[in-house]
Amino acid sequence: MALDEIKIGGLGASRRRVEDNRFIRGKGNYIDDIALPGMLHMEILRSPLAHARIRSIDVSAAWAVPGVRMVLTGDMLAARNLAWMPTLSYDTQAVLATDKVRFQGQEVACVVADDPYIAKDGCEAIVVDYEPLPPIVNPTQAKAPGAPLIRDDKTGQDSNVVFDWEVGDREGTDRAFAQADVVSTIDMHYPRSHPSPIEACGSIADFDRATSKLTVYMTTQAPHIIRAAVALVAELPEHMIRIVSPDLGGGFGNKVPVYPGYVVSILASILLECPVKWIEDKSGNLISTGFGRDIYLKGEMALRNDGRILGVRMHTDSDHGAFFSDAQPSKFKIGLMHSAFSCYDIPVAHLTAQGVYTNKAPGGVAYRCSFRVTEAMYFQERMVQAAAADLGMDQAEFRRINLVRDDDFPHRTPWGFLTDSGQYGKCLDLGLEAIGYEDFLRQKEEARQRGRLLGIGISTMTEPLGAGNSREYDILGIKMFDSAELKVHMTGKALLRTGAKTQGQGHETTWAQIVAHELGIPAEDVLVEEGDTDTAPFGMGTYASRSTPVAGAAVAMVSRKIRAKARKIAAHLLEVSEEDIEWELGRFSVRGAPDRGVTIQECAIAAYSNMPDGMEPGLENNAYYDPPNLTWPFACYIATVEVDPETGVWDVLRVVAVDDCGVRINPMIVEGQIMGGLTEAYAMANMQFITFDEDGNCIGSNYMDYLLPTAWETPGFELHEVVTPCPHHPIGAKGIGECATVGGPAAFVNAVIDAIGDSGVRNIDMPLLPDRVHEAITQGHDVSGAPPVKTEP
Amino acid sequence: MSTLFEEVRPSDGGAGDAVPVRRVELTVNGERRAADVEPRLLLAHLLRNGFRLTGTHTGCDTTNCGACTVLYDGVPVKSCTMFAVQADGHEVLTVEGLATASELHPIQEGFKDEHGLQCGFCTPGMMLAAKALLDENPNPSEDEIRWALSGNLCRCTGYQNIVKAVMWAAEKLGANAESDGADDAGDDAGGEG
Repeated sequence: MALDEIKIGGLGASRRRVEDNRFIRGKGNYIDDIALPGMLHMEILRSPLAHARIRSIDVSAAWAVPGVRMVLTGDMLAARNLAWMPTLSYDTQAVLATDKVRFQGQEVACVVADDPYIAKDGCEAIVVDYEPLPPIVNPTQAKAPGAPLIRDDKTGQDSNVVFDWEVGDREGTDRAFAQADVVSTIDMHYPRSHPSPIEACGSIADFDRATSKLTVYMTTQAPHIIRAAVALVAELPEHMIRIVSPDLGGGFGNKVPVYPGYVVSILASILLECPVKWIEDKSGNLISTGFGRDIYLKGEMALRNDGRILGVRMHTDSDHGAFFSDAQPSKFKIGLMHSAFSCYDIPVAHLTAQGVYTNKAPGGVAYRCSFRVTEAMYFQERMVQAAAADLGMDQAEFRRINLVRDDDFPHRTPWGFLTDSGQYGKCLDLGLEAIGYEDFLRQKEEARQRGRLLGIGISTMTEPLGAGNSREYDILGIKMFDSAELKVHMTGKALLRTGAKTQGQGHETTWAQIVAHELGIPAEDVLVEEGDTDTAPFGMGTYASRSTPVAGAAVAMVSRKIRAKARKIAAHLLEVSEEDIEWELGRFSVRGAPDRGVTIQECAIAAYSNMPDGMEPGLENNAYYDPPNLTWPFACYIATVEVDPETGVWDVLRVVAVDDCGVRINPMIVEGQIMGGLTEAYAMANMQFITFDEDGNCIGSNYMDYLLPTAWETPGFELHEVVTPCPHHPIGAKGIGECATVGGPAAFVNAVIDAIGDSGVRNIDMPLLPDRVHEAITQGHDVSGAPPVKTEP
Repeated sequence: MSTLFEEVRPSDGGAGDAVPVRRVELTVNGERRAADVEPRLLLAHLLRNGFRLTGTHTGCDTTNCGACTVLYDGVPVKSCTMFAVQADGHEVLTVEGLATASELHPIQEGFKDEHGLQCGFCTPGMMLAAKALLDENPNPSEDEIRWALSGNLCRCTGYQNIVKAVMWAAEKLGANAESDGADDAGDDAGGEG
């Protein structure tokens, strides 16, 4: 009898998570839980100023603190050629400042001591003499004539511009605009945000002089990339470097880059010949590690009166902080900004993008987003709503007219991506039905008569997930494949390792489900391990929603290799030729004689005890998978809100989400990802942002200023699904982790703008704080969220 | 209850004898523990580094995130913002004390069954805040749960499944109490017979 796939925890089973068994007991193993014998503790002294020349650093009092073992400064690192490190975007970043500090919170010195309290005492004893310089807090200021040069360390850098980039058809787009009945324009700012996992970053470097081996426990989403980077930068032999990423208390992109704390802890361990632990505090995390967004848009759409979009023009100005250290591996300077409008049938488009240095923390990490996709989709959906309003057309109808149709795939997007599958109209219709669209429009009108402001916002989008394909993606030249290694033991139990690294996504549960689906080995018989470069196969880690599209595909492929070998063993055991063997889940049988069969477990023991002549013993293999394309999930998010005209406070009434991420491995986990993503979307729309005052002080350097929604504010979510399998993924799955964070914000903002539609306001920059909404309603003008600029000399 | 006492000096390295220490004695998860601590040592750090109860996490340092929540004489407190010396003579319950040797606490079961966690970092604090709620209010509404947990931040789940997890636990605890009540009644009846 065939196995019941759901019962063995295969594809589609909402299997309860394996990793929870330790987490609910408080037995997770996070970086700060690891204690090594003889371990010392490191703390970082940070700059209080955004822009200043360092006149001198006096560390003598720090050395005098009892229990301080080492004080490290930029000069010490410079003597070892380590004061600067390369970034993932081919720039350089200071490890410890030598000449200037370029943002508030920049790393200036490190103290290593017997315990973290003493290390902090040591930091407080360091005296730094700064000469303040004028700070730059936004792109306009950065590009102004005579602006102070932030990167005077770089030869040939004579302005604050990092890059100028262009893609699309300029002349064709100009022609489309010349033919337009209506041109819709909108400008906006997507504010700086921080991924802010509850656990900050940290590392424990352990250099063993006797063996010359360096082991680093590190909060990293991509341990193999870190090993390669340490080998290349520190010129240590790669086989003597072991990176272990333990349980991660969230990542969301924050734990992809290399940070100065990691580097200095490694150097300190090598110099002191003992383990050195660095645990970042929350302010350090928020003030100095990779942020997301901080980008300005000028958007224009050429429209025909019947609702068709004829062309799109976008210009973006992005604020990269003091060092261009975007953690994005595409060949495109502004990430995947040009994936905007991929779900719409747009004849022609043109994008220009400029990036600048400012006196703010470096980064531009992909915060729960594939490299600027969040910004692209937010801009897209805000532009779409403005365009519908300018045409006087219903916002749902405007989308329906312009969405790519089901029979249009594969579809070439205006900026050159190739989408391959989807049922966009069906998702939109399902969403509208679920929210009760027509009813709500009536309620809204009735409420308006009584002075109440209701609004509905829609966001529809497809986004490129799963970096990558190696034509367009690499990190420092390394192609963006991923890997899986499967060892089936003789009793039919198995060990699976991949090059990905879970941070809450539940790989220990879901990877085993793919093995169960491919081999019929119950998921509970498969142990999943990740994160240790000494044991895991080389892979590029987990971010960009790439685990399922890439590593998950590798898990399926390695399982198929195992099945192919098991088939030969089955033929041998059943004494028939391989062609006469049929497969059903977990069992091979003889064609025409289904009673004669052997299970995968029987093949496993035979692989060690009774293999055919000439066959290598064992049942192990690995697979490296380079996907032929990105995966293109689709989502329709709809939010309804009520705005209080007296206070500008807005409440979410309902949120409906329709997600098509192809085949779902574990529906429970997929839904968890969507709800988590929607919460971060709501957070960005409502409260969560990092801004700066005119002196470059970071506003948002702790959880009292950087607001995250609690259970109280967070709305409930109603989830729906459509399944369009990915045509090129082995099990038809698409990425999902980021969809709701990417597509969600526009639904909330569109809803608020819809609610205050009578005011004539086109835009309020996120987050839609009550004072901003109130200002928009009462003053009747758009409200910018750009940081203020100092005007006095 | 164990009467085990132990000596823990989280800061003993090169700091030498110059640092003043104070002896604290407290009950942690039903066991009596003692330690000599610097007055400035935070309770979270005594639990984590002194007693190696690393299930209590420190997330934000400013009393906002609640990852370090423990029950202090039954009341949820943020142990990153309490000194260890303040716990002298008091009872502390950490996540490690929720389960018995043989079975999980219903709150732990509920979090697993309803997918109330992803990365797991906020989970210990979240479960202890939930326990404090259910100890006070065995049948909370959704709003009461959301309010009671509003001092604990979760970055992964969006809270909806955490609310379900607490409701799951409330139901199980209620059912347990009912069957315990039935057992007691049976015993009484037997006694009378």
